[in-house]
Amino acid sequence: MGNSFIPDNSASLPLRQPQRARTGSFGQFRQETMALARRLFIQLGRRPSAFVGSIIQSLLWLMLFSALFAQAPRGTFGIEGGYIQFLAAGIIVFAAFGGALNAGVPLIFDREFGFLNRLLVAPLVSRTSIIFASALFIVSTTLVQAAAIGAVSFLMGAQFAGGFEGALIVALVVTLLVFGIAALSLGLAFVLPGHIEMLAAIFVINLPMIFASTALAPMSFMPLWLQLVASANPLTYAIEPIRHLFLHSNWSWADPVLLAPWGSLSLTGCVLVLLVFDVVAIALVGGTLKRKLG
Amino acid sequence: MEAAIRIEDLHKSYGSTKAVDGLSLTVAPAQIYGLLGPNGAGKTTTLRCLCTLERPDRGRLEVAGISVADDSRAVRHLLGYVAQEIALDKILTGRELLQLQADLYHLSRAAAREQITQLLELLDLTDRADERIKTYSGGLMKRLDLAAGLLHNPKVLVLDEPTVGLDIQSRLTVWNFLRELRRRGVTVLLTSHYLEEIDMLAARVAIIDRGRLIAEGTPEELKQRVGGERVTLRIREFSPAAEAREAAVLLGALPFVKEVIINEAQGNALYLVVAAADPLSTVPTLREELARSGLPLFGVALARPSLDDVFLAATGQTLQDADLAAGSPGKKKRK
Repeated sequence: MGNSFIPDNSASLPLRQPQRARTGSFGQFRQETMALARRLFIQLGRRPSAFVGSIIQSLLWLMLFSALFAQAPRGTFGIEGGYIQFLAAGIIVFAAFGGALNAGVPLIFDREFGFLNRLLVAPLVSRTSIIFASALFIVSTTLVQAAAIGAVSFLMGAQFAGGFEGALIVALVVTLLVFGIAALSLGLAFVLPGHIEMLAAIFVINLPMIFASTALAPMSFMPLWLQLVASANPLTYAIEPIRHLFLHSNWSWADPVLLAPWGSLSLTGCVLVLLVFDVVAIALVGGTLKRKLG
Repeated sequence: MEAAIRIEDLHKSYGSTKAVDGLSLTVAPAQIYGLLGPNGAGKTTTLRCLCTLERPDRGRLEVAGISVADDSRAVRHLLGYVAQEIALDKILTGRELLQLQADLYHLSRAAAREQITQLLELLDLTDRADERIKTYSGGLMKRLDLAAGLLHNPKVLVLDEPTVGLDIQSRLTVWNFLRELRRRGVTVLLTSHYLEEIDMLAARVAIIDRGRLIAEGTPEELKQRVGGERVTLRIREFSPAAEAREAAVLLGALPFVKEVIINEAQGNALYLVVAAADPLSTVPTLREELARSGLPLFGVALARPSLDDVFLAATGQTLQDADLAAGSPGKKKRK
């Protein structure tokens, strides 16, 4: 390579201040967020095994769990169709939750390998762009995954009754849940000492959150204490609306979809709860970022 | 003229460990300024505080007159930071990494393209720009890292051990590149372990030990301040310790010998500081003195004081010894 650092025409060293793009903060925020998200998509394209693996895993869950209760008497789960009809919503949320919970893993490796410093010394408009980029990525991949689960469960006999508009609401609900969980996972990735602790935390959180929700069994199957836990679990607020849309073609926003021990909640109510969950999550993580990073 | 960097009374502790303990220094614009010190001296912590990666416990940091605490975003615009660990995402190509960097600094599309093309050219990376970084050699990665740090044309470039682990050719090219930057008005603050690197590059140097400034000035000034000429004697290639001690007492008694140190790490060589305009003229006397006690002379080396002597004079140990005492050399402790 020789001494090619120093070109003969050294005038080529660019030194004037390079021109900045869009002047507004919002434009800049968008620019940095999209750039960070683009990196995640490039990684996905070149290293797809984790994504492919998570799709395979959720399809396996779908098949195995539905087989587990395939012989249960009709009507056991409070619905007319088979268990698969009941389960599809649970598996969609299970997959979405798993993906979102892992959102912090790449970040913690960036931290350990020093790549995060590159982001932290840059004049980002807001470091929440790191969170938004990751959430954008996870939401996109999760929606693809949810569609795959929906398609396979259809082949297995689960009809989605909710129609096109219902499907959009499913997408909205998944997005809201994933956004909040991904933000919390990223917050965890900033706070925990390293990837071992992060993986341990994910391990501890993942399955218990599923079992303490209505993913696999209806609320009415549970003892009161678990009902209380499940109705405080954000997953339940995503599962119940999706399940309702799977089962009802003539749904409306005011339908009571979640039957908690303390009363019932409408579709609108569930979406609002998820929205509040997101706001709280981003506020919590934004605050952590400020405290941790100054 | 306004200082490019001003550090006043910087304090930073991790738990009970004081990483930086009341450090103050000022760097003039368009200058290469070196921070020299053993592992754990607080060099990296100082840089991290300056680059807004750590919040100081106490003290004031300014870049081009702007307070790091009050307007960290403005400071981030002015600074380029190249960390010691090469911080690259190896699955990206070089060009993709630079494009990401350009977006993080909000360059317009056209400016980014122009800037990336020029820096790739300048750092001789153009041929490899569209290959994934994982195929790059260490030297190539470091150059890409450097290009990323320079993409937004920072006024102040902060480099942590820029040449550690590089082959000699890559080190030379980095040095030349830094000199070129300085000629163009960029202020360069770098840390190093390599005395000769700092000596050669830096207009001024701060020597740091245990988070404190122990000497500051031009390398020439610092060396002159220590004064004296250095003579290193080896009685045998590897002298027995007792013999070395005997010789040390003998030679220490000579009027022109200011100091004798036995260097165990180098086969008990005797390290003499002599007051003589021409140190070569002292060699016959030294030899005679040894011969009188029946001691041989295996080899002699003469030297002017080095920055290591400056460090030695200030702390009572050499940089190497301090590194050994601080733990495995070249490894930074991280919180």
